[in-house]
Amino acid sequence: MSGQREPRGEEHRDDDASSAPDLDVVLSSRVRIARNLHGLPFVNKASEDQCEHVVKTTRHLLMHIPSNDRMIWVDLEQSSSHERQLLVERHLISRQHADNNIRRGVAVAENEQSSVMINEEDHVRMQVLRSGLQLSDANEACRSMDESLGNHLEYAYRERWGHLSACPTNVGTGIRLSAMLHLPALRLTNDIDRVRQAAKDLHLAVRGFYGEGSESTGNFYQVSNQVTLGRSEEAILDEFEGTIIPTLVRYERAARQVLFDKHRRELEDRVFRAFGMLGTARMLKLEEAKKLLSSLRLGVCLDMLRETDANITMNTIDNLMLLVQPGHLRQHVNCTISPEQARGVRADLVRQILIGD
Amino acid sequence: MKCDMCDKPAVVHEVTIVHGVKREVHLCVDHASEAGVAMPGISSSTNKLISKFSAGGKPTVMAPRCPQCGTSFAQIRQHSLIGCPDCYDTFEEPLGRLIERAQAGATHHVGRENASVDRPSERMQRERRLMDSLANALSNEQYERAAEIRDQINQLSDESQDESLESETT
Repeated sequence: MSGQREPRGEEHRDDDASSAPDLDVVLSSRVRIARNLHGLPFVNKASEDQCEHVVKTTRHLLMHIPSNDRMIWVDLEQSSSHERQLLVERHLISRQHADNNIRRGVAVAENEQSSVMINEEDHVRMQVLRSGLQLSDANEACRSMDESLGNHLEYAYRERWGHLSACPTNVGTGIRLSAMLHLPALRLTNDIDRVRQAAKDLHLAVRGFYGEGSESTGNFYQVSNQVTLGRSEEAILDEFEGTIIPTLVRYERAARQVLFDKHRRELEDRVFRAFGMLGTARMLKLEEAKKLLSSLRLGVCLDMLRETDANITMNTIDNLMLLVQPGHLRQHVNCTISPEQARGVRADLVRQILIGD
Repeated sequence: MKCDMCDKPAVVHEVTIVHGVKREVHLCVDHASEAGVAMPGISSSTNKLISKFSAGGKPTVMAPRCPQCGTSFAQIRQHSLIGCPDCYDTFEEPLGRLIERAQAGATHHVGRENASVDRPSERMQRERRLMDSLANALSNEQYERAAEIRDQINQLSDESQDESLESETT
C-alpha cells in the first residue's frame, strides 16, 4: 500500500471541477483538523525520538485504515526540495512543513483530495480539498478520517479545552475551514479593504494564495475561520458555508455586474490585453502570469471570450495557475532551470495551452 | 508592559543572557512575590528572607515552568506555542486568558468529544471525578451544584447501559 513517490506535476486533482458549485468565485474549499497525541510533548518541544515515534505510529495507521482513497506516504526528510516544492504548490503541505528540519512526513491520497501532515505544528494535521464551494462534503470526509484515526490513537484532550493544540488559535475543535476566493471585481471597485475589515470583524482570516504568511497574488484570497473554541463544528460550518462565503460570492458577482454594465469597454480592454499578452509573450514572471490569468479568468466568467476561437474554460485557467509555478515548470522540463529560463518555459507553456502555439 | 502571567502591569523586569541567548521576564507585584523575586524599593520581610538564601544577595527569578516539558508561560506568550498537553493544566489561569483573547472570548469547548472519552475506562474515570466533585459539593453545602453533578452521573450511567444493550443486540 505505502510507497515513496514523486508528486505529480501535471493535471489538476481528480474531482470534477467543471461542475463544481460557485466555481466562478470559489476556486477551492478546504477543511483541516489539527490533532495531537496524548502523553507526548507538542512538536515544538518533542525530541527526535518522540517525533520518530509519532511518524511511525501514524504512518502505519494511515496506510492501513479503511478509506476510499489510497494513501501514499512521502517522507519529507528523504524527499528533495523539488518534491517538497511541488507539494506546497499543490496545497498538499504547508510551506512550514516543507521547510522544517525535523522527522516528518505526509500521507497524500492518490487523487490528491486529501492529505495528512505529520509533525507540522501539531502531530497530525489532516485536510480535505475540493473544487468550488463544497465545504460540507470536505467536512464529512475530514470528519470520517478524524474518527478513523481517533479509534486507534489517543488524542490529547481536556473536557474544558477540547482537543489540545500547540497554538492557542487551534484549541477546541481544531477545525479550520477555508475557501480560496477569486475577487478581481471587488479589487477593481476598491471594495476589497471593506471586505477585509468585515472579515476581521467576523473573526475571519484573509490570506494569500499559499495561506498563512502569503500575500494575495492574482486577486486570490484564502478566507478562513479563526475561532475554533466555544462553537461546535456544525455551527462553524453552517455559518461559514451557509452565510459568510455565499455573501462574499454575492458581493463579488454584484461588483462584476457593475463593471460589466458601467465600465464594459475598460473591462474588455483589461481582459483582451491579458489574452493578448498571455498568447504572445516569450517570457513571463510568475506574478505577471498570475495577474494576467486572473484578468482572463474574469473574462471567461463573464463570457467575454466567446468571439475568439480559443476554447478557454475556467478549468484551463485554474490548471494554468498551478502549472506556471516554479516547481511545476521544473517538473515540466524535467531538469533544473534558472529563474530566467523559467520565464521562457512559463511563457511557452501558457501559449501552448491557451492557443495551441 | 503586561505581566507574563496575567494582564496586570509588570513592575519587575529582568533580562538575562546565558550562552548568548537573551531571556526576558516581566512580572506584576503579585506574581513577582509568588515567584520569590525581590522587589526593588520595597524593604519587605520577603525581600530580607530572599536575600538570606540568594548567593551574593542578587535577586533571582524562578518563573514557574511546566513540570512535564519545562516550558514557562513567558515562552508560551512570546512564541504563541504551548509545549505539551500538561501546560494546559499547569498554566490554566493565564493560558485561559490568552486563549480567551485568541478565541473571541470563548472559554470552553463545545463540539465533538474525543473518541477515547467514550471508552469504558475513560468513562469510569469521568464518573470517579464526578463522584469526587459531588462529595465536595455536599461537604460545602452547595446543594444546587450537587444536584447538577448527580444528574450528570445519572446521564453517564444511562449512556453506559444503553451501550451495553446495543452491544448485546448486535
